[in-house]
Amino acid sequence: MVEWTDFERATIQDIFSKMDYETVGPAALSRCLVVYPWTQRYFGNFGNLYNAAAIMGNPLVAKHGTIILHGLDRGVKNMDNLKDTYAELSVLHSEKLHVDPDNFKLISDCLTIVVASRMGKAFTGEVQAALQKFLAVVVSSLGRQYH
Amino acid sequence: MSLTEKDKAVVKALWAKISTHADAIGGDALGRLLVVYPQTKTYFSHWPDLSPNSPSVKNHGKTIMSGIALAVSTIDDLKSGLQELSEKHAFKLRVDPANFKILSHCILVVLAIMFPKEFTPEAHVAMDKFFCGVSLALAERYR
Repeated sequence: MVEWTDFERATIQDIFSKMDYETVGPAALSRCLVVYPWTQRYFGNFGNLYNAAAIMGNPLVAKHGTIILHGLDRGVKNMDNLKDTYAELSVLHSEKLHVDPDNFKLISDCLTIVVASRMGKAFTGEVQAALQKFLAVVVSSLGRQYH
Repeated sequence: MSLTEKDKAVVKALWAKISTHADAIGGDALGRLLVVYPQTKTYFSHWPDLSPNSPSVKNHGKTIMSGIALAVSTIDDLKSGLQELSEKHAFKLRVDPANFKILSHCILVVLAIMFPKEFTPEAHVAMDKFFCGVSLALAERYR
């Protein structure tokens, strides 16, 4: 089981409670599709992903970005049991969506960058460490049911 | 994933905007690296103070960014441009090349914080590719 310090718990709750999911989700997913274009393989039916502008303006990408962030929300509310929280989603990503689990790290990095750009100086090294630790555990939980 | 002419143009344009803040960027990125990835502190056990605002960290951040400046100016041939630095990292410093990736990530985070408007997804992909190229060139002489 993961041990969270008081600071880490408070930081994660703080970041997500203040987050605008409808902005951050789309920003993180679209950034991921631009910076790591091979991730587009999972979104073949999303229409125009031809260039960065198209990706960033694509409503299906935006909608899915928000869905992903609401998925993270589950973890924020269950930090002491991330493994079980994400068991079902892990099976989904493995068996149905066939997503290479390495991709989870890529979108985590993009989310970190988006959160950093919005928080500015408040995104200290300690805050970054807490967010990256949380995302790393989520990523690990999502990869657990792959076989 | 080599740099296209467009990537190089984007990197140079962004560098022109941010280079006056290079020292601050380097100091913040290095300070952040030591906090977010504590295993990196093992390379600096000879420093009295590893906290983000310490003189050692700020100074060394400047050194790192002057290496990045060199990389930008030799972007058309990073392998040759960074050969001397590669030899230094390989034989003298013996830094595990896996650390280049995490320092690159910290620099990108600092760019997102300091230049949210300029650090668009297009700028991000070009810089990420650039840092991959720099990391590769730095690791060139290791074995």
